[in-house]
Formats: sequence, structure tokens, C-alpha cells
Amino acid sequence: MKKLLIVTIGMALILMSCNSSNSGKKGSDITITAAGATFPMPFYNLAFKKYGETSGVTFNYGGIGSGGGIRSLADRVVDFGATDAYLSDREMADLPAEIVHIPTCLGAVVIAYNLPGVGELSLTPELLEKIFMGTISTWNDPAIAAVNGQAKLPDTKITVVYRSDGSGTTYIFSDYMSKISNAWQQQIGTGKSLNWPAGIGAKGNPGVAGTISQSAGTIGYIGSEYAFAQKINYALIQNSSGNFINPDVNSVSAAARMEIPADTRVMVTNSPDPEAYPISGFTWIILFKEQAYNNRSVNRIGESIKFLDWLLGEEGQSVAESVNYAPLPDEVSSVARQILNSITYDGKPVKETLPQ
Amino acid sequence: MISDRLTKALLFSASLLIVLVAAGIVLSLAGGAVPAFREFGWRFLFINAWDPTDGRELYGALPFIAGTLITSVIALIICIPLAFSTSLFIAEYFRGTRASGVLSSLVDLLAGIPSIVYGLWGFYVLRPLIVNLGLSEQGFGIFTSSLILAIMIIPYATSISSEIIAMVPSELKEAAYSLGATRYEVIFNVILPTSRSGIVAGFILAFGRAIGETMAVTMLIGNSNSVPSGLFDTGNTMASIIANQFGEASGLKLSALIAIGFILFVITGVVNGIGKYIIKRFS
Repeated sequence: MKKLLIVTIGMALILMSCNSSNSGKKGSDITITAAGATFPMPFYNLAFKKYGETSGVTFNYGGIGSGGGIRSLADRVVDFGATDAYLSDREMADLPAEIVHIPTCLGAVVIAYNLPGVGELSLTPELLEKIFMGTISTWNDPAIAAVNGQAKLPDTKITVVYRSDGSGTTYIFSDYMSKISNAWQQQIGTGKSLNWPAGIGAKGNPGVAGTISQSAGTIGYIGSEYAFAQKINYALIQNSSGNFINPDVNSVSAAARMEIPADTRVMVTNSPDPEAYPISGFTWIILFKEQAYNNRSVNRIGESIKFLDWLLGEEGQSVAESVNYAPLPDEVSSVARQILNSITYDGKPVKETLPQ
Repeated sequence: MISDRLTKALLFSASLLIVLVAAGIVLSLAGGAVPAFREFGWRFLFINAWDPTDGRELYGALPFIAGTLITSVIALIICIPLAFSTSLFIAEYFRGTRASGVLSSLVDLLAGIPSIVYGLWGFYVLRPLIVNLGLSEQGFGIFTSSLILAIMIIPYATSISSEIIAMVPSELKEAAYSLGATRYEVIFNVILPTSRSGIVAGFILAFGRAIGETMAVTMLIGNSNSVPSGLFDTGNTMASIIANQFGEASGLKLSALIAIGFILFVITGVVNGIGKYIIKRFS
């Protein structure tokens, strides 16, 4: 009993000393809290760590899903929220005050498949529609063979694997499908979870990836940040200019080289850019335009704005690339900066009022 | 005197707290389910659809009630012969021997394995086996989930049944043996009739567990939100749809999920109630 007590006290002392050495590094003891999408979480976590090392600011991010991020911001329990789908006008009107969307990086949805012996697969929008809606049912269908001349396609049945949980990945995928296919738009539509006509549902990107890698004949969609980090086969997709595009950091970035509205609330799927991978999308950080609320300290507000500024800059964007997210093209990051500069504290731009 | 009253007050408030928590859960489930029932009425129980698309939202509990009951009933059917034989082995044939001791600890060990581990094993071992046997294309679906559920509930049914069988008075059995009965006759004419209600109650409680099982089923059932058309079709269960979709749900969809939770609660309550009633009535 005595021994246990000594060990416990010893451990407590060690923990305390760790703590004090941390806070002694730099003056600031500000903690910024945020919550939302799980999709950009690896990027944000690494960015928080890198930024925290130099500034001393600590971050607390809850990966509770885009919906949860929006709810937390509305309840004003976080400094900023994160979402994979921008808020509709109706959702914006439901919030207690005006918010702004700041895109932080791009991600994509890749079409992963498991066909032993087929190392490369090209798919056109028509094929995607037919495969995912179940009108083509075997892999050696002449329509698939016509696009993939070299591949030895087996006569296996096609099994579609989809996300059984609500997800921003599903949202980007279904938004693209609705743009390229009328039948899809009318029968299935766009959303974070869908009414699937056929196939197998699996939970989360790991669930879909695991199901596809374990069973031959399957095809499904997976978040690119997850797929790039895994050994998984994914298809080249024909974009709106007719080019077959391999999803990578450059082709996903290219998707945002299009006209972006001033508030950045846009889906960049099926981008007109000839080099763009067509199933790509932004992920956003959302925060209130007027930051003076809930008696939050001026320092804290200043630090969160400074962090977002850093995130949009060269350093922050290179962090994104290192964990397989596509950085924002220059035009988009300048739009994002303008939005950031429009954020106010007590009616005046934050940049002017706050200590830098 | 004071210590006596103090103890009484403490015990009373502790049990009152549990009653309050239970009532709070029921009330919040019922309250959260109101919008879904207001929108769809009692038809909610019989709608075979789960369409979350904006503008034409339509939710029904039928696919999940069907999926839950079908997988649990099949699991029970698979479980009965296995659990019954095992409990006879432990409590009658090899009673008190080393073999029965080892077996009963193994059965208890099965009960201690977390659901997710059963799911992993089902996904990487059981499912490929079903594919290799040619029973289904990808191995996901009602049958695979029922198999894994059966394995999961066998320990519950077995341990209750073997305890009940061990409780059959030895005078009865000895009397039968002295009249020249064989072991087979003793089992079916003495042990079974005496312990029948307890064994049935054990199976009903095991069935109750199968109904609420979540993770392992989610990993194997295929998660398609419609009433399954056959043994090897994919489906979904009440617990699994909630686990899958509560994260990004809001509004009517969230209410529909809570309503499904409420129905699951009621079904589990009824099943447990029947089990307890049988124990009380026939013992």
C-alpha cells in the first residue's frame, strides 16, 4: 500500500515537472479549441503541433464530424469549427450570427477497386454512373472493356462498397455524381448519406478500404488522404475536358483553378480545368465574422486569427502536402486571406485592433 | 438506531437514483422520438425505406426491425443445440471432472471476448470461409451475422442452462436410475422436464443479448437499409444503423434514429420480461 502511494506521488511529480517545463518554453498559455470534420484531422493535428512548437499556443481539436463542428460553433463552445460541406443559406440563417468560410486545403475522393491482375483502370463519367447505379453488373462488360483496351477484365460480379455512416466523403462523391448524371441526381441525389440501390455498406474510410482490399470484384470510394497513405488500387477518372486523370496532390489542387465566389462556398467537383481530378473538394474552417463574444480574451482571438493566417501561408500549406492533402492554389489562398482580413473585433478589423 | 436509519436512507437513495436514471433514459428516448412519430405516425414501424436525401426524407424502422429479429432468431436456432449439448456435458455427463471444468471456463472466456474482436474474426476468417464455400459472393449478410451472433450468445445460454441442470435434485435422478432408466432416459424424462423453464429462460435472455449486439454485426451484415430478401442478402439491424449514422445526423433523421433506439429498448424489455416471467411462473 505504502509502495503504491510512493509510486503514485512520484508519477504525479514527474507529470507536474513535464507540464511546467512545457509552459516555461514560451510565455503564452493560450488554448484554442476547435471541433468538426474528421477528414482534415491529420492535417490540422500536424499543423497544430508545428505551429504550437514555435508560438506556444496549444490546440484542442475534437473530431466529431462536420455536423458536430457546426453545432459547436453555433453554441459558441469552440473558437472555430471545421466542415467538409459548406453551409447552405438556410443553415447560415439558423446561426446566431454571421459566419465566414475559410478553405484550408483540398481533398479528393478516389475510386478504389479490387480486381486481381488489373493494375490500371480508367473510368468515364458514364461508366461511374452505370457501375454505381448497378446497370453494369460484371467487370467484363463491353462498356468497361471499350475504355480499358489492355486490361484483362474478369467476369466477376461488380460489388459496390459505400459508406454506411454519414460522411463528407460521400457528400463530395454524390455531388460529383449528381453533376455528371441526371439519373443519379433524380434517383439518389447529393448528401452525406444516401439511399443506395445496391451494394455493401462499411463504416468509415478504413471500413470501406478494408472491405475492398479483402474481396475481389469490389469497387468503392475512399477519401484520398486515406487512399494515398495505403497501398490500394484506384482508377483514373475522365474529367470534363476528356482527359483521364490520376488523383494526386497536383491534379486535386488543379480542381480549384476555376472561378471561386468571394465567400468560397462552392463545390469544385467536375472542374473545368483540363488537368483537374474531377472528384475533389475544399474543406473549410468556419468562424464568426464578429469575434467579440462570450468575453473571450483579446489574446486568444488574436492567436486564432494568426494561426489561420499561418495555415494559409506557405508553411501551413506544405504541412497539408506532407500528409497527402492538396494545397490551395494561389488565387484561392488570396481569396481566403481576404475573408480572414474581413473578420472583426468590436466592429473593427481584427488585424488593426489586436496586439500582433 | 441512527446507524440503522442512515443505512436505510443511503440504500433507499441509491436505488432511487437507479430508478431515476432508468426513467430519464426512457423519457429522453421517447421525447427524442416524438418528431419522427409525428411525421410518419405508427406507419414508421412498417415503412420499408431509409432515404436521407434532402427534400424527400423518408424513414422507416421496418428494415432494421426485420434485420434484428431475423439475425437474432437464426442465431438462437443455431445456438440452441450447441448450448444445450454443452451444458449437458458440463452439468451432467462429465459433472465435476476436469474436462467439464476446462470446458466451462472456456465458455466463460468466450463471454468475455469484446464484440469488436468477434467482428474482426468474423471479417477476416468467417467471411472468407463463407465466400470459399460458395455460399455468397462477398460473404456479407444475414447468415454471416447470425453465425457470429450465435457464437457470441452460446456462453450466456450455456452457463444459465448448466447451472439449472446442475440444480436438478440428485434424489430424482437416483430414483430414476434405480428403476433401471438409462442415462438417455434420465436426461429426457427427468432432467429436462424439471429444468425446462430455466433453460427456456436462459435462451430467451441470450436472445435478448443477440438483439442488442452492435459492432460485430455492423462489420458483417453489409449495412444495406432495406428488408433482406434472403438468408445471404445484406441487411441492417437497429443497433447497427444507430451506431453508423448518429454522428452526422440532425433534425428528422436524428429523431428517426432515436425512435429506433426506443423501439429497440421496448423489444429488449419485452423479451427480458418474458424470460423473467417464465422463470417465475414455472419455478
